[in-house]
Amino acid sequence: MKSNVKFIQGNEAIVEGALYAGLQFYAGYPITPSTEVAEILSERLPKVDGTFVQMEDEISSMCAIIGASLTGLKVMTATSGPGFSLMQEAIGFAVMAEVPSVVVDVQRGGPSTGLPTAVAQGDVMQARWGAHGDHSIIALTASNLKDVFQMTVEAFNLAETFRTPVVLLFDEVVAHMREKVVIPQPDEFEVVERLRTSVPGGTDYHPYLAREDGRLPMSDFGGVHRYNVTGLVHDMWGFPSTDPKIAYDLLHHLVDKLENRADNIARYKEYFTEDADILLISYGCSARSALQMVEDRRQRGGKVGLLELQSLWPFPRETVRAKCEGRSHVLVVEMNMGQICQEVKKVVSIPEKVYLANRFDGVFISHTDILQILNLILGKGV
Amino acid sequence: MKAKDYLRQRFFPQIWCPGCGHGIIMGNMIRAIDQLGLDKNEVVVVSGIGCSSRMPGYVDFHSLHTLHGRALAFAMGVKMGRPELTVIVPMGDGDAAAIGGNHLIHAARRNIDLTAIIMNNSIYGMTGGQFSPMTPFGGRGTTAPTGTIDHAFDIVELAKGAGASFVARTTTYHVTEMIKIIAKAISHKGFSMVEVMSQCPTYYGRKNKLGSAVDMMNSYKEGTTTIGSKKKTEHPELIERGIFLEEERPEYSASYSALVKKSQV
Repeated sequence: MKSNVKFIQGNEAIVEGALYAGLQFYAGYPITPSTEVAEILSERLPKVDGTFVQMEDEISSMCAIIGASLTGLKVMTATSGPGFSLMQEAIGFAVMAEVPSVVVDVQRGGPSTGLPTAVAQGDVMQARWGAHGDHSIIALTASNLKDVFQMTVEAFNLAETFRTPVVLLFDEVVAHMREKVVIPQPDEFEVVERLRTSVPGGTDYHPYLAREDGRLPMSDFGGVHRYNVTGLVHDMWGFPSTDPKIAYDLLHHLVDKLENRADNIARYKEYFTEDADILLISYGCSARSALQMVEDRRQRGGKVGLLELQSLWPFPRETVRAKCEGRSHVLVVEMNMGQICQEVKKVVSIPEKVYLANRFDGVFISHTDILQILNLILGKGV
Repeated sequence: MKAKDYLRQRFFPQIWCPGCGHGIIMGNMIRAIDQLGLDKNEVVVVSGIGCSSRMPGYVDFHSLHTLHGRALAFAMGVKMGRPELTVIVPMGDGDAAAIGGNHLIHAARRNIDLTAIIMNNSIYGMTGGQFSPMTPFGGRGTTAPTGTIDHAFDIVELAKGAGASFVARTTTYHVTEMIKIIAKAISHKGFSMVEVMSQCPTYYGRKNKLGSAVDMMNSYKEGTTTIGSKKKTEHPELIERGIFLEEERPEYSASYSALVKKSQV
């Protein structure tokens, strides 16, 4: 049997996950620290009859994958902070027109050009609110390469299930580190295929009429149903409308289809949480240091645990609320000025117990950084 | 088929003002498609934002109404997703030459098989009459009350310079010429750019005292001439119409198919 064990880089694990999920079309623009995704796909995609295009910028990259998705293909783009900013208008279009698509943002220091080669997790809120207007979105993350692979597959599955853009919010550390990854056999992981309408040609197909389960069967451009796709508020035919009821119902549908299923979409891992007095909450690269700190403390008898979030949006409110109940302290570990910490404070019963351990200077937060901050909080000094 | 058989009459009346040239272009695009005998299911019409960009909604093809300036970027994805489809991209002058200028030159450079129809009314109509990059020097708009000091793009020269392999210009007055040119542009394998001068009596006409829609169309008759005509040598100020460039060059989606074959050997 062919060996399916690989020693690869995070960006390569994204590629492996995407191809496993059935990626057929990639459009992108070079940017550190995500460029390797494009480089590897330029070689891999043609070999599996897929399409790789290098566009003139990130705006056109996002637009191109939306166009390709409408022809029935599984699509992805990858970028970092500045490019992610440029993509926001088109991400909003994918939300509004309900076009399945996957957007990788390998986070680096910001704002603006910031620290191009250094790690950060400052795009958490941009992933949630980067596009204008009320909407909802899915964002997944991971702290090791096995999970990078798995979350990438899940991103495609969720994009197809909910007809929505899904953001893979990785970071420079995870994208550039190397680990052993066992590539699963085909069929080992579930792969969700596009749900296509069973309505025959010639009859009225309603591209924007949700089924009872909230899903909307699609029809490929070039197929037998000719319908309209627009970023304007639209009716069930996809035709523009300014009817207040249609606008109200559409916005509710776009938000509710994800927010009402937030706990269904929630992905997380727990380490030593059962009896923990102090709960750390972390995600992405920061969760690696958080876990090491927790393991160190456990060896010394400290009742410390870790909740690692793998889905950030929609925010797993109920999960976080329940896991924080009864703890003496909750310490959110992240590489920004408290973007997820604020969300945790919003959902717990005693926000005063929630503290932040962070770095945002381009230096990877270490387990000793976290311990120092925890000791300060506990009044033990540094 | 008749032109109305290609329209989504359920979505009428359309939004264009009385006298607007865009309906003439829509009708002639339909006639060109009909002459070519294309199956409706094989045609995708992709647009951006603006008066011109409402056109895809009214025609019974696959239609994609996108973001301001980004039509060609979305169209690139559609064409590369299913290269066998015919992809037509109606755009306005502001949409194509200002906010979408970068996508225009890069689509032309790649020579991807798209047909860009630039409906040039020299103004931003949807937002109420601001000058565009194709408003002539000195032309008035609501943001150029004393006349614009910007110089206009010659979109024909721009498309040629950027690498388009089919470049043409016509006007809403010259309807039979327009049908022929659009049909040729669609049939052409490579990036085709057709500029259609289209009257906006409501904003551009009114701001610049150009008279009624009929007056403006007559000015296209009087103010233009066919490429290389004797009239042009006598009156160099006349704007030339016709096909400026029609060349066979490697087309992007075909080159990509060849790349795929090569990579699988």
